This record gives sequence, structure tokens and C-alpha cells, in this order.
Amino acid sequence: MSAPVAFITASDRPARTARVAAVPHRPPVGDDRTWRWGFFSPALLLMLALSVLPLANLFYTSFYDVTWAHGLAIWTPLGVANYAALPGDALFRAGLVNTLIFAAGAVGGQLVLGFCLALLCSRVRRGQALYRTVFILPILIPGIVVGAIWKLMFNYDFGLINQGVALLGFAPQDWLGTAQTALASIVVVDIWHWTPFCFLLFLAGLESLPQDVYEAARIDGASLWQELRYVTLPLLLPTIAVTFAFRLMVAFKVFDEVYLLTGGGPGTATEVLSFTIYQRFFTENRIGYGAAMSVAVIFLVALLLAIGMSARKRVAAPA
Amino acid sequence: MTMLAGLRRRGIASHAALTGAAAIVVVPVVWVIAAGFRSQISLLMGAFWFSPILANFDEVLFSATSDFLVNYRNSLVVGVSSTVLCLVVATLAAWSLHRMRWPRWVVHVFLGWALLFQMIPPIALAGAWFTMARAVGLDSTLLSLVLAHTVLNLPMALWLMGIYVRDVPVELEEAARLDGASTPTLLWRIVVPIIAPGLAAAAVLSFVFSWNEFAVALNLTIKATATVPVAIAKFAQDYEIRYTQMAASAALSILPALVLLLIAQRYIVKGLTQGAVK
Repeated sequence: MSAPVAFITASDRPARTARVAAVPHRPPVGDDRTWRWGFFSPALLLMLALSVLPLANLFYTSFYDVTWAHGLAIWTPLGVANYAALPGDALFRAGLVNTLIFAAGAVGGQLVLGFCLALLCSRVRRGQALYRTVFILPILIPGIVVGAIWKLMFNYDFGLINQGVALLGFAPQDWLGTAQTALASIVVVDIWHWTPFCFLLFLAGLESLPQDVYEAARIDGASLWQELRYVTLPLLLPTIAVTFAFRLMVAFKVFDEVYLLTGGGPGTATEVLSFTIYQRFFTENRIGYGAAMSVAVIFLVALLLAIGMSARKRVAAPA
Repeated sequence: MTMLAGLRRRGIASHAALTGAAAIVVVPVVWVIAAGFRSQISLLMGAFWFSPILANFDEVLFSATSDFLVNYRNSLVVGVSSTVLCLVVATLAAWSLHRMRWPRWVVHVFLGWALLFQMIPPIALAGAWFTMARAVGLDSTLLSLVLAHTVLNLPMALWLMGIYVRDVPVELEEAARLDGASTPTLLWRIVVPIIAPGLAAAAVLSFVFSWNEFAVALNLTIKATATVPVAIAKFAQDYEIRYTQMAASAALSILPALVLLLIAQRYIVKGLTQGAVK
């Protein structure tokens, strides 16, 4: 398959098209059909087997009721009954609403705090590396351990939060056990966990901005606020958009912290979509109904992705 | 003079705010690690000073009723195997998709699917994975979890390796072809050394994500194959929570993260920020 041709050197690029025509048997760069398939097929097979196939399986299952008798699965076709039951399912509705509240609160808080910290950090001259090292720490901690840490922090009797509250002269609170504060507490935990990620992305974005624009702004006598409003924010917008999209995607999948901290309670106060699926599918063993719920959630996610894509296209189009 | 003083004052205010934020990040972690060195009584009394004991770590690591060392080994095996598998598959695919002549729609459909897949809550797939694993006799094995984590991290690795692969100069590829290099030789001898920083970044992230993953591990493992997060979740569910042991195992579970933070921080930052900034 190799066809070395002595008179062609890598440096004569302008002549490339001509020489491909002149030497018909030499395979052009990247036009190796065997290896093209050989390299692509492991990824393709993995994706087909572990993402396309399970989704097809899920879709199929969602039209059945699966029960177990004597170790054998009994499949009863239900049509769309599983889907029809979704809107009336209080747990599913609570999961949907709470996931939206959680995503909005957590991602909003992370973006604002992360941006402020990144802006401050980009302006200090010393200690930047140290701050960054410290801020990376939560990103690397397993979600379940973050849950464990905050289960201890929020503990009614000895948690650091209630110790601090007592120090300020207030009565201790059962943060995770009270319907009014449980979801907010989980939002706070998520902000603690993921603000550093936003900080890191924004800091990298700020550092990559062209400096001459700032010099020009300064020469024009722009105040710090004007500089932020008319230079930094518009230039950083693509980074902000990517960070927002990425965080939103992950916030939609939240499971670990809820599992450990509240188990969806009290009542349905912290019920989120992933946890509802887990309960219906695994705890209650309602495979068909759980599958329908999964399909519905995936459909919502795809819808979100489509809206995001078209919004990006509309924003990008005038440019 | 006044301007300089103003700048300095602003600098001090910035440092104060950043130090405050750093404290909020560090204090809970340090407090929980410290709780791992306390007795249950000392923790419940809320006393600030305590004399550190090792009983919790001893209990977690070496007691006959604890599987923590097995969990730790499982997490390492799954993390390392899924990372290696994921990197090999993603690098080959990235090279094929970005540098060999596929029709555009193939590239778009595949990467678009990977993006959508990335957005799906893993718990929605865990049930189907479990059913499939049981159908081929792989249920509750580490291999099933390795495969699950590989495919979960594949979109991230494809994305990162895509960025690095596209940056490899075409001239180098052409030069290697002229020297008679076959496609595998080209990839192994020329491309891999160039994209090594990208591989390092993807490897660190893939390992960390696998080490941290809980929802799928919870549903694909049994007692013998449980990973560290599954073991820690067990602590919180016991009727009587052993807080200090939970703290000790939490401290042990973030050890790899701390090591990576010290030796591979550059790659973590690169991996996380790459793409968002470009």
C-alpha cells in the first residue's frame, strides 16, 4: 500500500493536486478504506451495542408490563398505557419540576459565582496557581462523597452548619429533613461541587482574551464597569455559552447527591428525574413503566439539545 | 501615588474574597477528613479539639466485616481498564473520523449521537445494560461495569482527541507516507507522540469520572464487585449511620484525586478547559 515516489517532497505543497493526478496509484492522504473502517469500527460497535441497542430495548420494553412468576418474565403488551400514565404520576411530575428548579438554581449560581471568582483571580498578580489548585479539588471528589461530606455538614446535632448557626445565635435547623429547605440545601451542595468547574473554564477563557482590546478600552478612558460590560462579557460569551450548556446537561442528570442526602424526600421535596426513574425501575421493579419514563426523559433531553442547537445557529448566523 | 494605593486596596479586597471562597471549598473537606480521626462520641459532642485516633481507618480497612479494600481494588481495576479501552477506541475513531475521508454525514451523525448520548441520564440506561449483561452471562461482573464506563466516557474522549488530532500537521502525515509508513505505523510512531498531552488529559479525566461514577455502578454490581462510591453510599443507608467510619472511607476515597491534583493538575486543567475556550 505504500508507493514512495522519489521526486515528491513534503515541502512542495502547492503542487499537491497536480501530483496526485500524475501518480494515480498513490493513495492520497487519508484515503485508506481498510484502515478507515478498521479504526472507526471499535467505536461504532461499542456505541451500537451499548447505546443504540439498550435504547431500542428500552423503547420496546416501554410498551409492555413485565412481571415475574417462577423466575420467568411475563410480558403483557400494554400499547401506550405506560406513557399515558406518566402525566398523572405525582412522583414524575415532582421529579420534572424539581429537576428544573434544581438546574436553574444550581447552574445560575455556579455561573455567577464562577465568573466573579475567575474575574478576581485573573486580576491578582500573586497566588493565582494556589487558588486554582484549591478550586479544582471539589471537581475531583466523587458525587457520592460530596453527598457524604454534606450529610455530615448538615447534620442536625453536630454538623458544622448548625454549629455556625448557633454561633450566630439562631436555632439549629433540620436542613435536609424540612421540605422548605431540602431542595435549596441540595442546590447549595451542587453549587459547592461545581462552581470551581465554571471558575476554571472562565479563567481559561479570560486568559485567552486578546490584551490589545483592553489597552484600547483603557486609552478611550473606559471605566472598570464599562470594560466588563462592553469588552469582557461579549468576548467571553462563547465560553459562557459552552459552560452553561455543559453544566445544564450534567445538572439534568443529578442523582448521587440526592440519593445520599435525602433519597428524594421529605415527601417529594427533592425528587429529581434520575431518582424517580431509579425508584420506578429498580426499587419497585416496574421495568415497563420505568422504561417509558426513561424514554420520555430522553425525549425531553433531545428536545433541549435541538432547541439549543437551533438557538446557537440563530445567534451565529448574523456573524 | 493615590492610584497605586487604590490598586493595592483593590488587590487586597480581591485576595480577601478569593481566600474566603477557598476556605469555603477547603473547610468541609478538612472537617470531614478530621472527623475520620475522631471517635463517634467526640464528633457527636461537637468539641473543637480532639486527640486523633486511627480506629476508624483500622475498622474500615482491616475489619472482617468491611469490604473496603475489595471495593478499592474494584474501583482501580474498573478505572484503569475502562480508561485504557476508552482511549484506544476514541483515538482510533477520532483519527478515522477527522483525518480520513468519510462522507460528512457519517461524521455528523456519529458525533451528534455521541453528544445526545452524553446528555442522557446514565440511570435511564442502567436497566437495559443490566438486562443485556444478564442475557450474555456477564451480570454483576467487573467487565460489565468496565464496558459501561468505557461507553459513558467515550463522548468526552472522542471530543478531546478530535481537537488534538485535527491539530496534527498534514505535512507530517504526508512525509511519513512518502517514507513508506503504513497507516498503523503512522498513527503509532508519528501521531501518538504528538497528541500525547491530549491523551494524558483524556486519561486523567476518564479515570476520575470512572472512579467517581455511582448510579450505574450501584445497579451493575453486587457485594463482591461493588466500587468505592457504592460502598460509601451503604454507610449512609445503615439504620444507625457510623458517621466517623463514613468520614474515614470518604477520606480514603479522595486519595487518588489528591494525588492526581498534585502530579497531573496541568492535564486536568487542559482536559476540562479544552474545547470550551477554543
